[in-house]
Amino acid sequence: MNVQTWTYLLVAITFAIYIGIAIWSRAGSTKEFYVAGGGVSPLANGMATAADWMSAASFISMAGLISFAGYDGSVYLMGWTGGYVLLALLLAPYLRKFGKFTVPDFIGDRYYSNIARLVAVISALFVSFTYVAGQMRGVGVVFSRFLEVDVNTGVFIGMAIVLFYAVLGGMKGITYTQVAQYCVLIFAFMVPAFFLSIQMTGNPIPQFGFGDVGADGSFLLDKLDGLHRELGFHEYTSGSKSTTDVFFITAALMLGTAGLPHVIVRFFTVPRVRDARKSALYALIFIGILYTTAPAIAVFARTNLIETVSEQPYEGMPGWFKKWELTGLLEFSDKNNDGKIQYLADPEANELYIDRDIIVLANPEISKLPNWVIALVAAGGLAAALSTAAGLLLVISSSVSHDLLKKMVMPDISEKTELWAARGSALVAVCVAGYFGIHPPGFVASVVALAFGLAAASFFPAIVLGIFSKRMNKEGAIAGMVLGLLVTCFYIAKFRLKWIGDPATSGADYWWFGISPEGFGTVGMLLNFIVAIIVSRVTKRPPDEIGEIVESIRYPKGASKSISNH
Amino acid sequence: MVRDNELLKKYWRHNLKYLFILLTLWFMVSYGFGILLVDELNSLRLWGFKLGFWFAQQGSIYVFVILIAVYVYLMNKLDKKYELNED
Repeated sequence: MNVQTWTYLLVAITFAIYIGIAIWSRAGSTKEFYVAGGGVSPLANGMATAADWMSAASFISMAGLISFAGYDGSVYLMGWTGGYVLLALLLAPYLRKFGKFTVPDFIGDRYYSNIARLVAVISALFVSFTYVAGQMRGVGVVFSRFLEVDVNTGVFIGMAIVLFYAVLGGMKGITYTQVAQYCVLIFAFMVPAFFLSIQMTGNPIPQFGFGDVGADGSFLLDKLDGLHRELGFHEYTSGSKSTTDVFFITAALMLGTAGLPHVIVRFFTVPRVRDARKSALYALIFIGILYTTAPAIAVFARTNLIETVSEQPYEGMPGWFKKWELTGLLEFSDKNNDGKIQYLADPEANELYIDRDIIVLANPEISKLPNWVIALVAAGGLAAALSTAAGLLLVISSSVSHDLLKKMVMPDISEKTELWAARGSALVAVCVAGYFGIHPPGFVASVVALAFGLAAASFFPAIVLGIFSKRMNKEGAIAGMVLGLLVTCFYIAKFRLKWIGDPATSGADYWWFGISPEGFGTVGMLLNFIVAIIVSRVTKRPPDEIGEIVESIRYPKGASKSISNH
Repeated sequence: MVRDNELLKKYWRHNLKYLFILLTLWFMVSYGFGILLVDELNSLRLWGFKLGFWFAQQGSIYVFVILIAVYVYLMNKLDKKYELNED
């Protein structure tokens, strides 16, 4: 069978599974819609969290990103996994004990204030919309490259699928489809990695393989460092970013991970506090499988690529080279007319442009793997994008129907009306996300940094202080969140989007302390903490009931009860 | 009730102690070995890897998993000791 037939077959089978699960797990109450009834097992929740977390970017772009950045790519590896330690130790168990439906629920109740709730709702909506637009685009891109349909048609198909199981099943439907999606995406990611590792080093485990010796008897990483030096790139195993910047970006990604509402809300779905801790463990194990494999793929692909193209005649390039040239992701211009490809760090002499997404998407073809493996990558990319999109849409719909409507505007609505409102807002959210997927605002790629920065600068300190400091009051929390948000937005608007002031003063030379916009969420987070603590000390103590709430979330007993009498 | 409160305070202090130790290790492997000390560690080798590079791209993630596993184990034991566990 050819690649095309295999791709249609695998995508059709996986989609049928997702729809089947959606029909089987319809939600009948708001509790089922928002938190899957609170009865998900830690193992299933761990897989669902992993699928929720690993987006189109993790699956398609990350290995490529590392492949071109070398050591600098470590910020993503550590940043997107280390946040789970914070989640498991500082947030998940306590939020589960608190036992409500959403993050703004916690902020609003703990800080006895609808202003705090509103700030939290706005951040949750902003962070989630930013993120979901990218996922929809990812769905469109995978469809267009593998099934040769128009990008927009791809987005529509993706929208229809997500709509079906998110609107019908809510969190319950999403959770069980995410379990299936995790299995699909991890299988699709690992199979090519095993093949590659054996091909390059004879070692079947990719995590060990990239530290092993290649066919010529030298260590793979040493060889790659050597190739990089020859072509004028910085050494693969040492970085080009400053240590300060690496530090701050890693921290912003970690703290952002721990503050992302669609990840936090997953821990509301398990029955007990100790299940919340255990789910965080499972989640990180499942995520770690992909995240420790990605740097191995990056090294294999980079070495393979340089050896295949560097100084080789253009006429002799294999079929995949020509195929990806058609998509514009690969471009060759023979500047010195010698008929050979010069791939160099120096932009004047370099003749080859390579988009980093090719690394994962074209890897199976470059390494001449069987057709079904190539098709599997398409199904995996779709699973990664759809699962993340669904989790985000749920946060958006519950923010609107639960936090805004039920808690602030119309507290008297019945549960049945609220459930319909939740479904309605999920529908609207899918349409908005689809619109952004078809007409991506120019700044989408750069605002992912903003999503993490804002989550780090707003939610993380407010939640941690709410649990660990009884003295923290609404004045402190609101002042901290608002300042953290404003400072981070300002910095990204100025130095990333260049919207503020003279663009000439927005370059890397003008960064404060040499911190890039991606890493500035860390500064916003620190300011949030400092201001919140100072303001809370000079304003009046929170009421006594709040002290009791804080006491009760610190002790695990009674969590399974607290959610049922909501 | 008074005695209960004392017990709960002790439970909480115990929890904070675990958090402090585990988060120190968390900081050390990622920000310490993977970022701040990466150049020094890169002069050592672990098989085909430079050690600092290995911590940044592999080792830190393994340690993160172990840290959460240890925390789950310790807290389950602590919950039982203070009879705060749920069936």
